Amino acid sequence: MSSVKTLKINGKDVSARTDDTILQVIREHDIFLPTLCHIEGLSAVGACRLCLVEINGSSKLRSACVTQVEEGMEVVTDNERLQKYRRMILEMLFVEGNHVCAVCVANGYCELQWLAERLGVDHTRLIYLHPDKHVDASHYRYAIDHNRCILCARCVRVCGEIEGAHTWDVAGRGINAHVVTDLNTSWDSSPTCTECGKCVQVCPTGALFKKSRAIGEMAKDNHFLPYLKTMREVNKNDR
Amino acid sequence: MKQTITIDPVTRIEGHGKITIQLDEHGEVAGAHFHVTQLRGFEKFAEGRPFREMPGLMARICGICPVSHLVASAKACDELMAVRIPQTAITLRRILNLAQLVQSHALSVFYLSAPDLLLGMDADPNRRNLLGMLAVDPQLARNGVRLRQFGQQVIERLAGKRIHPNWVVAGGVSDPLTEVARDAILADIPEVKRIAQQALAWFIPLIDRFRDEIAVFANFPTMYLGLINPDGSLEHYEGILRIVGWKGAHVIDINPNDYMDTIGEAVEDHSYLKSPFFKPVGYPGGIYRVGPLARCNMATRAGTPLADAGLREYQSLSWEERQSSFYFHYARLIEILYGIEKIEELLNTRSILDKHVQALANVNASEGIGVSEAPRGTLLHHYRVDDNGLITWANLIIATGHNNLAMDRGVLQVAQRYVNGNHIEEGMLNRVEAVIRTFDPCLSCSTHAIGQMPLVIDLVDDGGTLLERVQRG
Repeated sequence: MSSVKTLKINGKDVSARTDDTILQVIREHDIFLPTLCHIEGLSAVGACRLCLVEINGSSKLRSACVTQVEEGMEVVTDNERLQKYRRMILEMLFVEGNHVCAVCVANGYCELQWLAERLGVDHTRLIYLHPDKHVDASHYRYAIDHNRCILCARCVRVCGEIEGAHTWDVAGRGINAHVVTDLNTSWDSSPTCTECGKCVQVCPTGALFKKSRAIGEMAKDNHFLPYLKTMREVNKNDR
Repeated sequence: MKQTITIDPVTRIEGHGKITIQLDEHGEVAGAHFHVTQLRGFEKFAEGRPFREMPGLMARICGICPVSHLVASAKACDELMAVRIPQTAITLRRILNLAQLVQSHALSVFYLSAPDLLLGMDADPNRRNLLGMLAVDPQLARNGVRLRQFGQQVIERLAGKRIHPNWVVAGGVSDPLTEVARDAILADIPEVKRIAQQALAWFIPLIDRFRDEIAVFANFPTMYLGLINPDGSLEHYEGILRIVGWKGAHVIDINPNDYMDTIGEAVEDHSYLKSPFFKPVGYPGGIYRVGPLARCNMATRAGTPLADAGLREYQSLSWEERQSSFYFHYARLIEILYGIEKIEELLNTRSILDKHVQALANVNASEGIGVSEAPRGTLLHHYRVDDNGLITWANLIIATGHNNLAMDRGVLQVAQRYVNGNHIEEGMLNRVEAVIRTFDPCLSCSTHAIGQMPLVIDLVDDGGTLLERVQRG
């Protein structure tokens, strides 16, 4: 069987490895496709649904990050319908939390903010829910502001897949879902947290931040991820 | 027949307020009140937030004086961290605070009040604005714009942007000053110093033209509150928090930590703005004023050469005469000159480019109080936090609040002199607004477009029947 597949993305012929996802091919060809839960170096979960694309022969939209390429596939990454859905997803993320960019520690460094700007979300058509969420600042170095969490679960994955601690998890259902440390303890009493700070660096918003940072100071650095992922795979193969 | 005149909104101030004037059956003024009609709630929604967020969050109280809130809030946060912040950070915060003083005073004097001073209280309201000033005295209008621009540029050069910069943080400032920025500010100093001197020279001859207004523009004895240096010179960042009585006597120095024992906050039904008063005297007898008038009446000298001369000339007026709030304008112009001179002095200090500008620490105290002098007067931020540094309680006393009792009394005094219920003239009601403008109250984060604010003044009887309407805009 051939190890290369050919497909079309936005009408352009491209080739891909058999086990590539559509998103990987899109990124290799420098085509813009918004993502929030995806981050290079962690497993894909298809949680945020921003990378939805149209595929010929299917009426359903598919998440590019978790859909493998197929021979002859014709993928559309951008049209009015997709833009409408993506804007609506962002609007829902904004109204389900309490996002106040002007006074956010990650103002200027926030992926949600960037995407809102890029996709033209300058207001929401939905009613703000103003949920009553809290801040856990019990850890001496880091804090989590649940008001800004979009449940991308990057923290859960980086902690489990890279650090191997699995301190973070998701509790609750639907709109009541939220991330927790261990069995919903306060962060400072977590017996598993290694205080490595990877969760803080991969968080796309100001939900996880260093306590020493003030408004607009929480630049995120997650360039370490692909390297750590490679090292982990090398170690696995050596064993 | 009893009647009520309502001036709603009060124009050329920052925020939303209205004035009501009650007339008795003879058409004489029986009472008057200044009402602040907006509610903000910052103290409440700060609860639960990390303390490091407070300077930036509190800066959002105002778009005109965000720096003042940044400074007072950051000082309260320094106390929560229980650190001594680097001296260079203190100097940089001082410069920023003075730049704020210059730009805000320039806005108050030239944009908001000078139209009345230059064109007259009875001038056509359509001309009584900065554009009207440009037609009559273009250089004066340009000078006002230039002074404000200077202050705003200093803020931008230091803090990165003019409105709501995040540069002032708990423990100091986020970035050191660059040599380029320092030199750019210093290059502007000679020009703006000259303009500030011209502005003072323009104002002094006006005093004789406004003797009638001076006599009734909140002209009564009150105490004064403000920061002052131990040597009696002007101070806007640290110093002693002092309250003085008649002719500067009966001095009481207040430990900011004990402000609640000294300053009470009364609540009146007619306004959302609380009325602070001096507790030992009681309410409402414990009336006091803050701001440039208070500072210039309390100080024995300014602390910089040109402003010293200006203050000496101002203080050659008798203490009795200096009780008129009309002299807020005079004091503002002295402080603009002082601010420019002091910025120059501070920028030339040896360690101004030092890279150590922020002390790092977690929360080490459960309570912090920050006091500074905002353009409009003494500003106090008081926070309590839990063990993790989350705000559990906040109390703010802003400058405009301190002046609330005096503004309310001032409205009555000027209305009794100028308002006659048998006939309303726009100019006499403008004087009622103008007394409020002398205090330059900052009722919120918004300022209104000059001369464009629609104003409707209704004269109604106690049965609600409209007797007369004066309309503007």
